[in-house]
Amino acid sequence: MAITKETVLHVARLARLELGDDEVTTMQRDLAKILEHVEELGRLDTSGVPETAHVAAEQAPLRPDLQQPSIPTDTSLAEAPRRAGGGFAVPAFVDE
Amino acid sequence: MAAPLDLTMGDLAATVARGDVPALEIAKASLDRITAGHELNAFLHVPEAPLLAAARSIDEKRARGEKLGPLAGVPIAIKDALCTHDAPTTCASRILTRRGPDGRPSTPANGWRPPYDATVVARLRAADALLVGKTNMDEFAMGSSGENSAFGPAKNPRDPSRTPGGSSSGSAVAVAGGMAFAALGSDTGGSIRQPAALCGVVGVKPSYGRVSRFGLVAFASSLDQVGPFARDVEGAARVLSVIAGEDPRDSTSAQVPLGDYLAACRRDIRGVRIGLPDEYFAEGLDPEVEEAVRRAVARLEAEGASVRPVKLPHTRYGVATYYIVATAEASSNLARFDGVRFGLRIEPEHGDLTAMYGATRDAGFGAEVKRRILLGTYVLSAGYYDAYYRKAQRTRTLIRRDFEAAFRDVDVIATPTSPTPAFRLGEKVDDPLAMYLADVYTLPASLAGIAGLSVPCGATRATSERPALPIGLQLLAPAFAEEQLFTAAAAVERLSSA
Repeated sequence: MAITKETVLHVARLARLELGDDEVTTMQRDLAKILEHVEELGRLDTSGVPETAHVAAEQAPLRPDLQQPSIPTDTSLAEAPRRAGGGFAVPAFVDE
Repeated sequence: MAAPLDLTMGDLAATVARGDVPALEIAKASLDRITAGHELNAFLHVPEAPLLAAARSIDEKRARGEKLGPLAGVPIAIKDALCTHDAPTTCASRILTRRGPDGRPSTPANGWRPPYDATVVARLRAADALLVGKTNMDEFAMGSSGENSAFGPAKNPRDPSRTPGGSSSGSAVAVAGGMAFAALGSDTGGSIRQPAALCGVVGVKPSYGRVSRFGLVAFASSLDQVGPFARDVEGAARVLSVIAGEDPRDSTSAQVPLGDYLAACRRDIRGVRIGLPDEYFAEGLDPEVEEAVRRAVARLEAEGASVRPVKLPHTRYGVATYYIVATAEASSNLARFDGVRFGLRIEPEHGDLTAMYGATRDAGFGAEVKRRILLGTYVLSAGYYDAYYRKAQRTRTLIRRDFEAAFRDVDVIATPTSPTPAFRLGEKVDDPLAMYLADVYTLPASLAGIAGLSVPCGATRATSERPALPIGLQLLAPAFAEEQLFTAAAAVERLSSA
């Protein structure tokens, strides 16, 4: 599987990662090498084998649906890089 | 009487509970040890004031005549991936720090302050343990050498030019270097067992679901598990007994009764069936490691254990399967680090929200974390999902079945923990795949969700090139059969030091 520069940039965009030009080259090389190793799975016949998404043995247990105290707003916002009123402030993301 | 810091964990806790030595004295002695070991870079943050306050409150509790907990006055270090309400938590990543007001580079001191304790941390506090500091690690637990820490690598106490292993590097160093009696780490693909082996201490990866992960910063949620490091097998059993068990705050914590891990350490090895998988004694295994592991198993056999070969035919696919599953999960888990609610934020001038995400994540994540986010995003992306992610999930089933079949014939499986002893810092940093292959013996058990442990079983011969380096033996048991691990590990420990 050839990993092109465009593939790296496409995936980086999906992952909301900005990469410098040097980084794109390094990642292209590293991903190609890792994927080449991963290709060996292709040699394995897995037809009819069910998928393991999780190893938890039982069903997730249910707890009683009771109201419980939660973290106060001020505590939740204490580490916010920027806050406005009672919320997290972010740069504009719609055209004004 | 031996100096308090040289006692066994059980004796220390008993000494403090009786009031023979104040917890405050232990806390101060631990801080001295940590200062003396500073150049090993084991700790990212040592919360001195809260530590001394906790020690005083333990002493006051005893003075009031209250019974102290099972870890009274025991110094324990905490991997910086676990939330602590009184100390910063950074995962050794710049993205969980803030830039100083003058734009100076971020440090652990201005790291994220969690509003709560991880459940395991709260349980240690409730047991009257002394939490001595937050330990260095590979950024977001991604690595096998500690070199992916944004704050410089921890160093192996046996030879500081060598890696302590990873990702829980600082936790292993803190215990091996005498700075703590025990430490908590997290193990996603070997991050407790491998550094334990390389540093010559005991490390336990409990079964998936055995220990709460509430307050553990998530890396790969179907694999992550918290576990203890300790100087000896009994110490690890004592800490696991305190941290294990169901937690209403973690829906993946299992409602399975705990074993008596301390009693298991004292059980007879006679009649225990031990499996040796050929696939773990293959090409790439250091001859001295192989010799030490086989010698330890032979001693167990001489004590009455029965040893037989087992087959784990899909072992060779473990690395590929793991690096698809773990990176896919990581790419999703690490989406939360976006500069909005905590940690670093970079706002480019005139940039919009998307520009802020990109710039923050570029500045905040190191190279290995970026590599894994990209790989994980790629294997989940349209057109590649079936070939990679679905294929890996099916292979994961085959790896689980290997263990299920093997455990029909044996109680525990014995293998080397790491194919080599501690390698040099810098040796593998430019070759991510070579680094991944260092975890070849620990990854399959993580994928299967079973219990694992590494116990020292010897050392390499000292040469003019290097001192004697510790060798670890890995023991694996079925899910929730940790007791069997402790019985076998205690026997390995006793017979290796004899």
